[in-house]
Amino acid sequence: MIPPPRHHSDNLALLSRPVPFSPAAAPSSYTAASDFSPTATGTVAASSYSGKLAAAAGADGEPGDDVAMSPGRVGRGRVMASSVPASGLTTVSVVTMPPGITEKVGGASVEVQNERPANSKPQKEKMTKAERRALQEAQRAAKAASKGEGSKAAAAGAGAVSSEITKPNKAVKPSQKKSDSASVAPSEKKGPGGERPPEKERKKDVPHPRMQYDDESRVEKAKRKAVVKQTEARNRVELFRHLPQYEHGSQLPDLESKFFQLDLMHPAVYKVGLQYLYGDVCGGNARCIAMLKAFQEVIKEYSTPPEKTLSRDLTTKINSYVSFFTECRPLSVSMGNAIRFLKSRIANLPLTMSELEAKTTLQLDIDQFINEKIILADKVIVSHAVTKIRDGDVLLTYGSSSAVEMILLHAYELGKQFRIVVVDSRPKLEGQLLLRRLIGKGINCTYTNINAASYIMHEVTRVFLGASAVLSNGTVYSRVGTACVAMVAHAFRVPVLVCCEAYKFHERVQLDSICSNEFGDPDVISKVPGREETIGLDSLPSSGNLQLLNLIYDATPSDYVSMIITDYGMVPPTSVPVIVREYRREHLWI
Amino acid sequence: MPDVQTLVNEFLFKLKKRKIEGSHATARQTTILLRSVISQQRIPYTHQAAALIDAVKAVGEQLVAANPVELAVGNIVRRVLHIIREEDLSPTTVAIAGLNVSAVSDDEGDTDHDDHPVLSAAAVAAASRNTLRPPSLQTLLEDLPDSAAVPHTSSSGGDSEGKSKSADKSSRSRRLKHDVIEAVNELIEDIDTCHEQIAEQAVEHIHQNEVILTLGSSRTVLEFLCAAKEKKRSFRVFVAEGAPRYQGHLLAKELVARGLQTTLIADSAVFAMISRVNMVIVGAHAVMANGGVIAPVGLNMVALAAQRHAVPFVVLAGSHKLCPLYPHNPEVLLNELRSPSELLDFGEFSDCMDFGSGTGSPLLHVVNPTFDYVPPKLVSLFITDTGGHNPSYVYRLIADYYSTDDLVLQRKPAPVN
Repeated sequence: MIPPPRHHSDNLALLSRPVPFSPAAAPSSYTAASDFSPTATGTVAASSYSGKLAAAAGADGEPGDDVAMSPGRVGRGRVMASSVPASGLTTVSVVTMPPGITEKVGGASVEVQNERPANSKPQKEKMTKAERRALQEAQRAAKAASKGEGSKAAAAGAGAVSSEITKPNKAVKPSQKKSDSASVAPSEKKGPGGERPPEKERKKDVPHPRMQYDDESRVEKAKRKAVVKQTEARNRVELFRHLPQYEHGSQLPDLESKFFQLDLMHPAVYKVGLQYLYGDVCGGNARCIAMLKAFQEVIKEYSTPPEKTLSRDLTTKINSYVSFFTECRPLSVSMGNAIRFLKSRIANLPLTMSELEAKTTLQLDIDQFINEKIILADKVIVSHAVTKIRDGDVLLTYGSSSAVEMILLHAYELGKQFRIVVVDSRPKLEGQLLLRRLIGKGINCTYTNINAASYIMHEVTRVFLGASAVLSNGTVYSRVGTACVAMVAHAFRVPVLVCCEAYKFHERVQLDSICSNEFGDPDVISKVPGREETIGLDSLPSSGNLQLLNLIYDATPSDYVSMIITDYGMVPPTSVPVIVREYRREHLWI
Repeated sequence: MPDVQTLVNEFLFKLKKRKIEGSHATARQTTILLRSVISQQRIPYTHQAAALIDAVKAVGEQLVAANPVELAVGNIVRRVLHIIREEDLSPTTVAIAGLNVSAVSDDEGDTDHDDHPVLSAAAVAAASRNTLRPPSLQTLLEDLPDSAAVPHTSSSGGDSEGKSKSADKSSRSRRLKHDVIEAVNELIEDIDTCHEQIAEQAVEHIHQNEVILTLGSSRTVLEFLCAAKEKKRSFRVFVAEGAPRYQGHLLAKELVARGLQTTLIADSAVFAMISRVNMVIVGAHAVMANGGVIAPVGLNMVALAAQRHAVPFVVLAGSHKLCPLYPHNPEVLLNELRSPSELLDFGEFSDCMDFGSGTGSPLLHVVNPTFDYVPPKLVSLFITDTGGHNPSYVYRLIADYYSTDDLVLQRKPAPVN
């Protein structure tokens, strides 16, 4: 029996187990965040969650329940960590997860919550006008630096912050900027401040356009300052000239050799960056959690250099790490929103707070974000969604989404009788992972390729899809192929339900999949495992005529989506901008 | 005929074991086989056509039963039957319609057939249609010169088969078989040249700076695109790979070898890319009587995406793919499920499946259909070797090639008593 082809990064990742690996403490905390299966029944979570929203405090009662319910979780998490260090951050949607590992329980914040003090909400103190101005200029500088990497519209968060403080003072700005760059330059090899020319756009409420890669001068500047050397792909598809198309597989050796020069790259960040580069960590929730955990490590080991304020320095550090992540793999919307949250939290730290207090506060904030926005949100989504599953249903899902998997497993545990159709497509073949987990639980499954979606859609009663992001015009931005499945379902009048946590909503809009997308390794398209000899596309002389295009995402128009299930409830796609706007403040800043 | 029978058996075997792939190859071989059947069939003096028809039907029934999904087989059988019927009618109809074609002139006129064979078939077909249908304005007007023309065409058994009948019979028997075989040869030629004839029309449809999308691989599409390239039209092609057979890779290879700008994409990216595409050009497995298309799996998805973005969906099909049957539940009845090993390796999921569980029914079903049905409303244009047609016109083309008596190939069982 031929085992599925292992991703080549598996061996590489195992071989290049460099020094930076933190001791067991780090992996265990990572592992704990690995999976999102609901630990408690949905109803408990729902009531407590809504209570939490209303009270906006007292988050500790709920987590305590988690601890009480499954005491053995922590130990299990530790055991798992030591055995699988490489995939410690794996989640339901990871490509290289070995099949034998049973589901780890998602008690991400279990360990940390034990240490959490009673009331973790810091109060914002009044600042003098000069202080506020200084703070705001620093934030603006930091945001301008990191904006181009694609962290989605950090300025929107900054806009709200600055509006609370004062109007900008342009005279202070250049001096601030210089001091910033001056302080940054000696401390870091990469200068995020100088990476882009100072942005002219100061419109805070409009999300900034992300860096367009057909602007030669900007691309050159970015390349000079980049940590990860990217080589342009051989045959670029002209239609996508505005997006980066790089050669895959050439980055790791370069990055490895550079590691010891990058004294200021925190090992946790480096590790997570490598995991992104090789697709070990895959899926919006997983990537976000991995990043936030890495930042927690950074904050824990951070110490303010003399003559600097914690917030500014930490912000610039975070920016540099963010641009490193972006070079490894472009940021997802979930990550972008999390970064925005973190920066706003840093910016809101009162200046009089001691360093230790500030660090602790930030770490707790991160935990709370993960807990509330991801883990609890998933529980709420599951509780809503299982009401839509009836006995005798045939449910179709595409690819492997963590939220959808949780829903299906929970419905099965509740005893509902249904059948699942898993639709899969090349080149990632993520559906096989989901299939494996579902079959392991004993659920009746049908597996097919996306081309046969029309064939199978006759028997299907509901379609559940996951999303990487939902944009403000109702477009669902998710794995390539989702749009096809939604379209076929629409043609056969099958309802399409998209399950997405609210923190993945974004105010940007997009009409089609060309304006903004991401590319995978193009060679994967031409290499079909097991068929190389018959097809032999690689043996072609690399003439300029053949281009290989491996899109990662696509945009599903809102009219194909019947309903979006979020932690705010079950809403139509038209309500997304409403949620983004009305709940924005609470949405990202707890 | 032991000879014919072995040929038939060989072909049946190949069909059953699916050793012949593709409607073109199947159609060609079916035609050649039927030609042998006809040429070696001994026919009586009277009711020759009926004898031929019976023989062909007998063989045809077996062929269709061997591979019911391969509609080209049935198509060819019915085409040949139609040819026989037409050739049978031709002596009478030529006289009645009064056409000035002496193609069916007498006796030693065998050589004459070669001069204008095409004309004779078409003229005969037209003539037979005229006679079989109720009189129209045209035929009413043509009747007058007919009666004058009758004395000119000397022999060739007129409407009253009286005096010339005996003289004609022997020659006619020879002629019928001969005519039929001639016509079948033409059919073979048509099948062989269908790609060129379709490709000739490429220049009308592909212009400058176009972007074309296709899925899987079709020889017709390849020739079509290359013909446009020959005429110096500049265009780019997106080829979707067409899992799980991955024939898109082969097509991409061919196109690149011939110098076309090709981009290979995964099937899941079709919706993403189609907003930038000008035209979708695909081949078909079969075209049904209502204008629906039996196409390789995945094309329904492409057709829906094309409809959404108002992109023309053009289907290229040779006339041997035109099937006179109406598709009832085509996804099931006209489809074949292939081996699941193309999607999943055997035993890949054996570790997580618990075979000891109670019910015994398997937890995992793998579905791997070969074909997809595209309804006629999603198709913008059919390009066949006779030109471009709307899906709503397809039923008229069927009347050209097939007779209604042949739709059911099963012979009536002999009465018991």
